[in-house]
Amino acid sequence: MDDVKTDTAATSDRTPATPRDPMVVIEGVNKHFGDLHVLRDINLTVGKGEVVVVLGPSGSGKSTLCRAINRLETIEAGTITVDGKTLPEEGKPLAQLRADVGMVFQSFNLFAHKTIRDNVTLGPIKVRKKSKADADKQATDLLKRVGVEAQAEKYPAQLSGGQQQRVAIARSLAMGPKVMLFDEPTSALDPEMVNEVLDVMVGLAKEGMTMIVVTHEMGFARKAADRVVFMADGQIVEVGTPQEFFTHPKSERAKDFLGKILTH
Amino acid sequence: MLDIFEKYAVLGAFWMTIKLTFFSAIGALVLGTVLAVMRVSPVAVLSRLGAFYVNTVRNTPLTLLVFFSLAGPYYILQISLTDRQSPTAIVDNNIRWAIVALVVYHAAFVCEALRSGVNTVPVGQAEAARSIGLTFTQSLREVILPQAFRGSIAPLGSVLIALTKNTTVASVIGVAEASLLMSEIFENETASVSVFLVFALGFVVLTLPVGILFTSMSRRLAVKR
Repeated sequence: MDDVKTDTAATSDRTPATPRDPMVVIEGVNKHFGDLHVLRDINLTVGKGEVVVVLGPSGSGKSTLCRAINRLETIEAGTITVDGKTLPEEGKPLAQLRADVGMVFQSFNLFAHKTIRDNVTLGPIKVRKKSKADADKQATDLLKRVGVEAQAEKYPAQLSGGQQQRVAIARSLAMGPKVMLFDEPTSALDPEMVNEVLDVMVGLAKEGMTMIVVTHEMGFARKAADRVVFMADGQIVEVGTPQEFFTHPKSERAKDFLGKILTH
Repeated sequence: MLDIFEKYAVLGAFWMTIKLTFFSAIGALVLGTVLAVMRVSPVAVLSRLGAFYVNTVRNTPLTLLVFFSLAGPYYILQISLTDRQSPTAIVDNNIRWAIVALVVYHAAFVCEALRSGVNTVPVGQAEAARSIGLTFTQSLREVILPQAFRGSIAPLGSVLIALTKNTTVASVIGVAEASLLMSEIFENETASVSVFLVFALGFVVLTLPVGILFTSMSRRLAVKR
């Protein structure tokens, strides 16, 4: 990595010297909720293996942007492509694309009527057409990796929030996603459970998973992000490395935001 | 008093009530599920068609439906549900048309019970299902409907109880179920309170266990969230 140091543009030790191939490309995206313009001309390219953390005050449109990437929210204008493919409108092509995009929700959304194991194997069996035995084996490995293998035969309601969210991550990983979206994954958790989920996410980032993370966890952004995207009022206000953003925010909105959350 | 059991096939009449209930319930569950899927589907034509069916059928008196099932398709359009050569053709045909009418009518209520069950499933469940790449049909079959059925067990029980009692309407086209036999006994013998009580008790015996069963099932199978 010696040659990186000669590149004066590299400000963070996680920023690679060579540009990455794009994984997610968002161009000119606009969306309204009634009169509210929630996404205004959003342009953002996320490279393969890159970890992008989206920060911003509530109502800034960051969750909507995250959900638009696998079309849980429709967009009115602009295009979103994932690994070179434009998001299909609906139907089977859309389902296939979603299979390649992992999504982790704020409220976990584990299938309440299925055991932990069945939550993880459902996608691989129904979408990837894996055999039950293969899917089971994979589920065991993944549950081990996120540290909930002992709970495999239980139902979601019997697990703590932190455990449920780790299962939700395992469920997404079981599909072998090209990119993972995290929509405030720790916001619904009790404080003592936040770290067990963040640890799994940091692990994923280190392994080179492409991740787009909407969160309020500044520690995670500092530790794992390649880039921080700051949104306010439906716009991307500032993009930079975590170091740049947290130490020298350029925009007034970002200074104001950081001032409010970092003072205590 | 007990001689009515000797002179008349009281148990046979109740057996007919049970048969009507059983076959109508299965038919109504199937048709009602199809209607419920139509009503929650994103295809506007299907969902409007489903809503139209439910609103029309639910607001039509069952007696009219039962009578119409025989008068319209059978007498006018000559659609018979039995082999006309069979010696029991007329009786069987009436029974089958009665079942059709009961299915058509109660499917509307099953549909609404299921739809109330669908509303117990949080929207996040559907989003999670779609985000792992399940198609609309797969999401319904694997995630939404199993939870919706569990959430609608109690209202489905009410529909089944209503259906059991509504089979008495089949008597308007001469199906020999319990209530028809009761009016027959009233005419031949005497309209005594005890005869009435025997039949009323018969229906309680049929419906009370159904209610208890469905209540306990809805508690046991409830989806814990």
